[in-house]
Amino acid sequence: MLATIVARLGQMVFVMFGISVLVFLIFFATPGSDPAARIAGRNASPETVAQIREDFGFDRPLPVQYAVMMKRLFVTQDLTSFVNRGQKVIPEVLDAIPATLSLVSGAAVLWVLGSLTVGVAAAALRDTAVDRGLMILSLIGISAPVFWLGEVMNLLSQSRYHDTWLFSWVPGLGYVPLSDSVSGWFKALVIPWITLAVLYIGIYGRVLRANLIEAYSEDYIRTARAKGLSPTRIMLRHALRTSLLPFVTMFGLDFGALVGGAALLTEVVFGINGIGRLTFHALQNLDLPVILATVIYASFFVVAANALVDVLYAVIDPRVRA
Amino acid sequence: MTATPLIEARALTREFVLRRSWLPGSGQVLRAVDRVDLAVHKGETLGLVGESGSGKSTLGRCLTRLIETTDGSVVFDGQDVTRLRARGLRPFRRSVQMIFQDPSSSLNPRRRVGDILSEPLAVHGIRPAREVPGRLRELMDLVGLPAAALDRFPHEFSGGQRQRIGIARALAMEPRLIVADEPVSALDVSVQAQVVNLFADLRERLSLTYLFIAHDLGVVRQVSTRVAIMYLGSVMETGETDTVFDSPAHPYTEALLSAIPVPVADPAARRRRILLKGEIPNAANPPKGCKFVTRCPYAQDVCRAQRPELRPLTDGRLVACHFPRAALFASGAVLA
Amino acid sequence: MSPLLDVRNLRVAFATDGGPVTAVHDVSFTVQPGEVLAIVGESGSGKSVSLLSVLGLVDRRRTVVEGQATFRGEPILNLSERVLRRIRGREIALISQDPMTALTPVHRIGDQIAEQIRAHERVSRQAARDRAVSLLRDVNIPMPERAVDRYPHELSGGMRQRAVIAMALSCNPALLVADEPTTALDTTVQAQVLDMLRRLSAQHDSSVVLITHDMGVVAEMATRVAVMYAGRIVETGTVAELFDDPWHPYTWGLLDSIPPLTGARPRRLPSIAGMPPPPGRTEPGCPFAPRCRAAMPVCYLPPPEQVAGGHRALCVLDAPARAALRPPRVAA
Repeated sequence: MLATIVARLGQMVFVMFGISVLVFLIFFATPGSDPAARIAGRNASPETVAQIREDFGFDRPLPVQYAVMMKRLFVTQDLTSFVNRGQKVIPEVLDAIPATLSLVSGAAVLWVLGSLTVGVAAAALRDTAVDRGLMILSLIGISAPVFWLGEVMNLLSQSRYHDTWLFSWVPGLGYVPLSDSVSGWFKALVIPWITLAVLYIGIYGRVLRANLIEAYSEDYIRTARAKGLSPTRIMLRHALRTSLLPFVTMFGLDFGALVGGAALLTEVVFGINGIGRLTFHALQNLDLPVILATVIYASFFVVAANALVDVLYAVIDPRVRA
Repeated sequence: MTATPLIEARALTREFVLRRSWLPGSGQVLRAVDRVDLAVHKGETLGLVGESGSGKSTLGRCLTRLIETTDGSVVFDGQDVTRLRARGLRPFRRSVQMIFQDPSSSLNPRRRVGDILSEPLAVHGIRPAREVPGRLRELMDLVGLPAAALDRFPHEFSGGQRQRIGIARALAMEPRLIVADEPVSALDVSVQAQVVNLFADLRERLSLTYLFIAHDLGVVRQVSTRVAIMYLGSVMETGETDTVFDSPAHPYTEALLSAIPVPVADPAARRRRILLKGEIPNAANPPKGCKFVTRCPYAQDVCRAQRPELRPLTDGRLVACHFPRAALFASGAVLA
Repeated sequence: MSPLLDVRNLRVAFATDGGPVTAVHDVSFTVQPGEVLAIVGESGSGKSVSLLSVLGLVDRRRTVVEGQATFRGEPILNLSERVLRRIRGREIALISQDPMTALTPVHRIGDQIAEQIRAHERVSRQAARDRAVSLLRDVNIPMPERAVDRYPHELSGGMRQRAVIAMALSCNPALLVADEPTTALDTTVQAQVLDMLRRLSAQHDSSVVLITHDMGVVAEMATRVAVMYAGRIVETGTVAELFDDPWHPYTWGLLDSIPPLTGARPRRLPSIAGMPPPPGRTEPGCPFAPRCRAAMPVCYLPPPEQVAGGHRALCVLDAPARAALRPPRVAA
């Protein structure tokens, strides 16, 4: 078990190195374009471009360029944005991480609990009105665009019904750091959490229901029933446990992607300065250093989340351990 | 038996590596087929018998060149075909056809039976186009299906009928050798008997040679002229069907035959059951000495120390045992 | 002696896309205490479905089960899940065909056995585990103290089936339903498992319903046999009656089409022509008539029952007619 984890972590480091090389090559070794000019952004003076070429060693061989870039990213952390007049990139990214992590983690708790409830209830009450109702609700949740849902939530909680007892506790838009005020953090995020989680509750709930129903046609469920176990025990101990693998796989991918910036729409709608919004603005301004930093950060997160999924696999299913 | 065998395995070995990870040097070598010498002569049916892990299917796949051979060689009609590639292998591919256990998974569900059968005729240019429809009807007739079956899809047939289609497809190539891997074990008893009879009829009508791989000893006895018993990758005993079934020489053959439940009500009419100890050992870690030693009721010290080679007995069969049963019996050394 | 299980006129129909399909027609049988009843038939004959529907283990939403069945004199058919749960596992235990899929892959063998014990008896975790160890020892699993902590995938097929049998025996059931218990096993392992099953069912005083397609297994294990074809029991009798003097032409076919292991090899095996009818057949006549070598026009009417003591067959052929068609064989 321990060896599996160590081997998996080793693999993860290897993959991360590969990604950083690949990202570097795509950004700076694309033939026919001058990386210095691209870093400088639009309308930069020739002196700035020459300065950048000097700083990043773009006149030197590729491996050196890679080393310089990685050093400025991870060691000295002094990569600067030229579009944004000397703003240091790394602190900017580091500032954005807590907001995104708070948003996505909270939503993840909601969507895991929510979809477990939906999936288990629908599978247990299969073909009844409850099952059909839950599946229709899930479909609606999947189809509702997050920016629309977010705006509706804002409309209700920020203006239309803000003064009623229902939403009077809702603070204005924006992120409140956990270190400032726990209750403020919580209040600011509850509605974004729900908004972001709705889609995933729908998807995960439906997938889990399908997996559970498939599990119910397995021999071992018949064995469990023939043993005289209670339906609750059969569901939770025998069917759910074996149906969790696809669920965990999806969770790893989605969680990694969301933390890596895919929660952009939610962040924009609720005015949360997270990774998504940062990337969004960088893309608008063609702010290459910021894009580079966020892309590498995002890919690392996806890889880390997947490594975590593999470890979880081994916890859930003994056949994976070996 | 001096004539050139139709197909021959010479010291054929096939290894698999289990649990190989990205670390170099990891993995465990499983020798599924262990230096097997075996020949199938023209016109005979060799029944290859064994339990799980015996390597009988792997041997069949090596002989048909479906999988590569790790060591040793496959000789077809006097020619070494072990290392032949694409073009050089084509005549062999045509001459040797395989029939599988589950016919439904080897028939394309979206194509009509007629198309499935005519494709090999076209690919190998066996018959000119104008002769194809007649040949298809002939094939249907050979395997006992109505000509109307050509216009239907595989899923419209029962398991037994699908196996007949699988046989027809093999016959379409006008092969010289048919390797059948558990061809009747997925079928119900009543249908199984029909297909077993079909194999016998076809052999007579088309003078075919079969390598018939199965775990069911009754079926093997019915179709084979000669049998080979495999255990953990090695041939333990091989000889004329009646010789081996009537007086098994290897303790494993003896135990295997005695373990089959016989459909007679009278307990006196059954063989004395020899209940073997334990289970078939893991093929990745076979016992030292004789491979059967861990379960053999007659094992001696020499069996643990030295692996017996296949050697001939006076009645012409070969057996890999230090203390063959039938021989002892014949010489009067053991009287039950 | 009153029977342990008494099934009368059982009819099972499944709802399918093409309307209801009747899988079991008017099946009646009894299981006496201490006996081994074999139900033999080919795939699709309804042999498993009959027993699973008596145990309420078929999908209730898609299945209609009619008829009567009593267990120890109490009706058992269509009981609520809650009541059935107290019978399943404790009074009637099931051994399924494929040991590879019959155990939940993510739980240890011992936990799965202990779970069943604790579902029916108030015993401590440790006591249940100890009993699991001794059950595993009874089914000849080597090093049972370690085997309890193994996961199913760590055991071979034969060992898994032993574990399934140990689990089935864990609450000393009065009736064991073994659905093709050795079909997935190798010949030498099958012999061991059958031997053990016979010994332990006698030791636990359990009756056995053995569902199988293998006439050899029937001859070795059973005291009585019921032969099923297309959802009906076409013949029933003691093992001696059925093997020495079979009445129904289908039984003849089943016995004759088995390739013999000794004696002369027939050039061709006697086989039954044609295929079993598709499920859902509604014609009133004998379902075997289209394949029967003795078929006559009257066979397309509901067949009469031939009875002599406990030996019964659903067939129009009486003793003289049978003797003419299939001379009794001289024992080898």
